[in-house]
Amino acid sequence: MIGHNTLVVLLGCAALGVAAGVVGSFALLRGRALLADAIGHAALPGVVLAAMVVALLGGQSRELAPLLLGAAVTGVLGLLALRRLTASGRIRPDAAIAVVLSSFYALGTVGLSIAQTLPGVAQAGLSSFILGQAATLTESDALLAGSLALGCVAVTAALFQPLRALCFDESFARAQGLPVRALDLTLLGLLLAVCVAGLPAVGLILVVALLVVPAASARLLAARLPGMLALAALFGALAGAGGALVSTRFASIPTGAAVVLGGLVIFSGALGLSRLRRA
Amino acid sequence: MSAPPLDITGLTVRYGERPALTGVNWTAAPGLTAILGPNGAGKSTLLKAALGLIPADEGQVRFFGLPLEQARPRLAYLPQRASVDWDFPASALDVVAMARLPRTRWFGRLPRAEREAARAALAAVGMADFADRQIGRLSGGQQQRVFLARALAQEADLFLMDEPLAAVDVVTEQTILAVLHGLVRAGKSVLMVHHDLSLVQAHFDQVLILAGRVVASGPVAEAFTEPAIARAFGGLPGRTPTEAAA
Repeated sequence: MIGHNTLVVLLGCAALGVAAGVVGSFALLRGRALLADAIGHAALPGVVLAAMVVALLGGQSRELAPLLLGAAVTGVLGLLALRRLTASGRIRPDAAIAVVLSSFYALGTVGLSIAQTLPGVAQAGLSSFILGQAATLTESDALLAGSLALGCVAVTAALFQPLRALCFDESFARAQGLPVRALDLTLLGLLLAVCVAGLPAVGLILVVALLVVPAASARLLAARLPGMLALAALFGALAGAGGALVSTRFASIPTGAAVVLGGLVIFSGALGLSRLRRA
Repeated sequence: MSAPPLDITGLTVRYGERPALTGVNWTAAPGLTAILGPNGAGKSTLLKAALGLIPADEGQVRFFGLPLEQARPRLAYLPQRASVDWDFPASALDVVAMARLPRTRWFGRLPRAEREAARAALAAVGMADFADRQIGRLSGGQQQRVFLARALAQEADLFLMDEPLAAVDVVTEQTILAVLHGLVRAGKSVLMVHHDLSLVQAHFDQVLILAGRVVASGPVAEAFTEPAIARAFGGLPGRTPTEAAA
């Protein structure tokens, strides 16, 4: 039987998968999907720092909201660092992403080893942020992540038309006078929100996969964007909930890994199906 | 006399250190204008800089006597076909309907009237039967006609087109030329980056010949001369108007 808490966690992870599929689809079509990887890694020092601050203030370091806030703050710092590095055009985006994600991650790991020697922080289970552990989520954690994710879906759905126009043809969108910069910033904000919401369950290393794999699978099968979004949402939900279910049954398997492996099965199926159709 | 569709003063654009356009002064006349010049002459750059898609280092651009922001609803743009990913999950109608976005609210489905306007634009380029086809499954010429339909759906007074006749089939070339002449008859103006000198005398009213700066401009009969072509193209054999028209 599935207990009440497990059910809430599964639903939270499914909501997260839906959001990752939808937001990831636009990120993929805009060529920005790898930014999720940078955000995820850049979030670690923020999580650690937030846990330390909460512990120092005598608070409950198990509380999720401040940790996610910390993750968002250094996630933004990571994005700003990326922008700074690539602004001159002398450093290519792929090199810049590698530099930013590894240095923030290294910083976070060092912080983690310090934090775990501090009283009151050791219990926080911060290392579960790295690979994700849905089983340790409380009901309110899952609700927080789930509602954040659904908020992202609502914003994306509302901006469907202009986002599609931007992703297909940026220069035409610009020539039409669409607010390209604001739309790109919104998309980045959505990416950040999904990454942060996904950290506790999926973990920072593999959150990029939840954003990319369902979207990439859906793209193989759908001829139009509404269909791609619906499929990506479905695939994301299946991978998210399936991964969470596996890792709550087998506590030694991190949720992130289970989610990605589930996503990979879906991706293989999509690839096979698209080849069959073309043949 | 009303303001010209496009008036450019002292336009200079550099890519890093390399100048792409230097001190361009040009006033477009109404009608169908071909923008000619060798590769790297700054033809596409001129359109993009005029539309604010790339930053200009110096210069002023006015459309119908107005700055870009105020003139935008009267402009249509047709980028190079190769500038987008045609595997994008969209139908021909989806792409054309994007032109109607500034006229509608963003939220929810595109209103029926807007979708009908997009369908009419597709029909105008002979693509009515392909409205629901995924754009990646269209031929190159059909894709080019979808781009033209999208520009038509903008219902503009001035059309800026970047090589709509590049590498298209005969049917598409005929269709596009017919549509362009129809626009001009309806009082619209078209500025078109173009590379096939053989079509100029038969189809265009005006030319602008570029080679990093203005080499010649004006009515075809006056400006489309062998010396001007030779200066722009560096006297390449086989590119003179007489030979090209032969």
